[in-house]
Amino acid sequence: MTSLAMQRRRATAGRVWKQFRISRSGMIGLGVLLLFVLMALAAPLLADARELNPVFARAQGNPQWAPPSEFGPLGTDYIRRSVWAQFVWGSRVSLFVGLAATVLTILIGSVIGIISGFVGGKPDAVLMRITEWFLVVPFLPLAIVLASVLGRNVWNIIFVIGITSWPSTARLIRAQVLTVKQRLFVDRARSLGANGRHIVSQHILPNVMGLILANATLAVPISILTETTLAFLGLGDPSAASWGKTLEEAFVNGAMVRNAWWYFVPAGLGILAVVLAFTLIGRTLEEIANPRLSRGR
Amino acid sequence: MLGSVLTLVFVLVFNFFLFRVVQTDPIGSLFRGRNVPQETLENLRVAFGLDQPLGTQFLFYLRESAQLNFGISYQTRQPVWNEIVAAIPATVALVGVSAILSAVIGTIGGIIAAWRRNTWKDHSITSGTMVFYSMPDFWLGMILLVLFAVVLGWFPVGGVSTAGSGESGIALLIDQAYHMFLPALTLTLAYLGEYTLVTRSSLLDVMGEDYLTVARAKGLRDVVVRNHHAVPNALLPVVTLTAINFGFVLSGAIAVEAVFSWPGLGKLTADAIRGPDLPMLQALFLLFSAAVIIFNLIADLTYSWLDPRVEGQ
Repeated sequence: MTSLAMQRRRATAGRVWKQFRISRSGMIGLGVLLLFVLMALAAPLLADARELNPVFARAQGNPQWAPPSEFGPLGTDYIRRSVWAQFVWGSRVSLFVGLAATVLTILIGSVIGIISGFVGGKPDAVLMRITEWFLVVPFLPLAIVLASVLGRNVWNIIFVIGITSWPSTARLIRAQVLTVKQRLFVDRARSLGANGRHIVSQHILPNVMGLILANATLAVPISILTETTLAFLGLGDPSAASWGKTLEEAFVNGAMVRNAWWYFVPAGLGILAVVLAFTLIGRTLEEIANPRLSRGR
Repeated sequence: MLGSVLTLVFVLVFNFFLFRVVQTDPIGSLFRGRNVPQETLENLRVAFGLDQPLGTQFLFYLRESAQLNFGISYQTRQPVWNEIVAAIPATVALVGVSAILSAVIGTIGGIIAAWRRNTWKDHSITSGTMVFYSMPDFWLGMILLVLFAVVLGWFPVGGVSTAGSGESGIALLIDQAYHMFLPALTLTLAYLGEYTLVTRSSLLDVMGEDYLTVARAKGLRDVVVRNHHAVPNALLPVVTLTAINFGFVLSGAIAVEAVFSWPGLGKLTADAIRGPDLPMLQALFLLFSAAVIIFNLIADLTYSWLDPRVEGQ
C-alpha cells in the first residue's frame, strides 16, 4: 500500500509541476527566487565578508559615502563599508528569517488547525477562541511589544513573527480538515479500525498538504516584510544585518538627506523582488490546488 | 458584542503579564543612571503598589487603566496618556485621509480590472498594485521623500507644518496639507493593492451570476449593469475590509510616520522602541488593540445590516 501511495503522490507532484510550468507569472516568480537563493548561498564567492566590518573597511582605505561610480559596484556607506557586501550578505539573513518564521507559522497553524478540525468539540471551541484573539489584536504592534520585551536577536524575531502570524493558517487548515473529514474514505478507514493518529497521518494530512504548501508560500512575503519593518524600527539583530537593518542604518545615518540612493535602493529592491516572487509562486500554487479560485478566468 | 468585550479583557491581561515578566524593576529603570536615594525608590514602589502581591497589582493595574492612567514616560517624564492624546490628531488626519483615498481609488481600480479582465488595463492595474503591495511601505516613503523633497525640492522633508512661520487659519491648513502630501501619497499607494485585489476577485465572482445575464438580456446598457447590478453586490467584502482597516488607522503608519517625522502615534511608537519606553509601548499597544476591536465590531454590525442574508447565520 505504501508504494502505491508513494506512486500516486509522485504522480500528483508531476501533475502540479505540469500545471505550474504553463503559468508565466509562476515561472517568473520561481526564476527570480532561484536567482536570490543562489546569491544567498554563494555569498562568500560574491563578496568578502570582511567588507562588512568598519575597521577592515577603514584599513582598506575605502572612501566614505562613495557613489557606485567611485566604488563598485554599489558604493560605500557612512562607515566606509561596501554596500554590495551588505546587499549580498543581507539576502542570507532576510531569506533565512523569512523562511524560518514561515516554517514556525505553518507548524503552529497546521497543528492547531488539524487538532481543532479533527477533534472538534470543546478543544475546538477553546482553540478557535485563542485564534480569534490573535486575529483581532493588531499584528504589527503585537510583534513590536513582543520583540521589545524579548530582546534583539534573530531567533527572537523568528519566534515573534511565528507566534503572531499563525492564526489565518490555522483557520484555513481547520476548514479544509472539516471537509476532508466528511469524505467517505475517512469513514471507511475508521470502520476498518483505524485510530485517530492513523487517520490524521495517512488520510487527513496528505489531503491538506497542498493547501498547507500554497499557504506557506504566501506566508513568506508577510514574514519577510514583518522582519524588514521590525529591523527598520530598530528591533533587528545587530550582529546579523538583514536588508531591513541596512534600510534602518541608511535612514538613521542620514543617507536620504545626502541623496545617497545607492545605500537604500538596492536593499528595498531586493525585498520587493523576493516578496513579489513568493507572491507569484503562491498564487499559482493556490490556483492549482483550488481551481475555483482561478483569478484570470 | 460579548466576544469583543472578552477580547479586550484578554488584551488587558496579556498586556499586564507581558510587561510584568520583563519589567522586574520599573521604578529602578525610571531613574536609570540617576542618583536617587534608596528611600525615595522604596516610597515610590509602595506608591505604585509594587510591593503588593501579583493579584492586588493586577487589580491596581485594571483600575489605573480604566482611569487612563498609564504611568510616566521614561523619555519625556510626562504622563503617557497626555503624550498619546497630543499625538492622536496628527495620525487620524494622515492615516484617515490615506485610508479614504486608497479605499476609493483602489475599489475603482478593482472594478475596472474585473470588468475589463484579461485586457491590458486589467494586467497593468493588477501588476501595478501587486508591486506596491510587495514593497515595505516605509521604503516607498524613503524613495518618494528623496525624489520629491531632496532632489526636486517640491515638498518639505518632514514635520507637520513649517516651523516659526506663524501662520494661522487657512494659510496654516494649506501648509499642513502641503506637509502631508508625501506621507499621504505613500500610505495611499501602499494600501491601494488590497482594495483592488479584493474588489476585483469579488466582482469576478458576481459576474458569473445569472441575474447579470438577465439584466443584459433586458437590454440594459453595460454601464447600468455594472454600476447598478454587479458592483453593489460585489462591494460587500470591500465594506468589511474598509471598516477593518479603519481599526488600523491609529496603528497603521508606524514606520511611515517615522520616515516623515510625522508627530503622530506611529512616531511615538518608533521613538518608544528606541528607549525602550515600556510604559509608553504598553499604553500604545492597549490603544491600538482597542481601536481594532471596536472597528471589527462595527464591521460585523454593518455587514449584517447591509447584507440581510448574513442575519440568519
